Amino acid sequence: MIQSQREVDGPRDLDHATVPPDGRPLADQPKWRRDFPIDWAQDEYVSRRELVKFIVLTSAALTVGQFWIAFKNTFNRQPARLAGERIASVDELSVGGAKTFTYPEGSTPRLLVRIGTTAFVAYDQQCTHLLCPVVPAVELGRLHCPCHNGWFDLHTGRPLAGPPQRPLPKVLLEVRDGMVYATGVEESAT
Amino acid sequence: MTRRLRMVRAQRMPIVNAMLAFVVLIVILQLWLLTATMNAYLGGDTTTVVPAAFGSLACLGLNAGLLWYLFRLD
Repeated sequence: MIQSQREVDGPRDLDHATVPPDGRPLADQPKWRRDFPIDWAQDEYVSRRELVKFIVLTSAALTVGQFWIAFKNTFNRQPARLAGERIASVDELSVGGAKTFTYPEGSTPRLLVRIGTTAFVAYDQQCTHLLCPVVPAVELGRLHCPCHNGWFDLHTGRPLAGPPQRPLPKVLLEVRDGMVYATGVEESAT
Repeated sequence: MTRRLRMVRAQRMPIVNAMLAFVVLIVILQLWLLTATMNAYLGGDTTTVVPAAFGSLACLGLNAGLLWYLFRLD
């Protein structure tokens, strides 16, 4: 009686279109041979699986980015510690008056505005949209960026209207002995 | 001798494709979470930063679990 090769070997693993040199089924092959298949269907399977692996690595990178923001938030919350610096005298500005200054030395221009008898505010003068200089509109309680009609709140520096999305960096002030001192810079004034 | 029944790779393809779809969806969610958090953080709103970080970590855990399952299939 003549037997077919299939009957002699038993049912062949369906993953096998090409039989490995030792003739054993794919499950019994070493990992390197399973990961570098010859057959088209298997190759598709492995490449799809490796794509999933790569996307999971991307997922890990995004998580690292997310924790980097949390890390920055935890350790950079305090305003920069800078030495206090006298920037104006109280009498120098009338209520509603403004002057520009730099703090610390060599910084971008800052804007000091007197909003009350003893109340002053100071911000970075560059608009957070495209760095145009902002001008105070004290009667409206706002700062105006004329380039793209952006508006900021004069008391907090928060954006109110127009293209700016981020608040103006705020300069911390201290008024004593008839003088106005800058004591630090708060990057996110909310 | 009993031989464990196992699916051939061609039969496992739909599972891999489904995993791929899940993983891609989760990564898109993570990308949105990162951009939204960055936008809020630069705008001075820091309340969402830590919950978003843990949300992203949960997404990574889910992805890693799916990948682990995928490698177990083989």
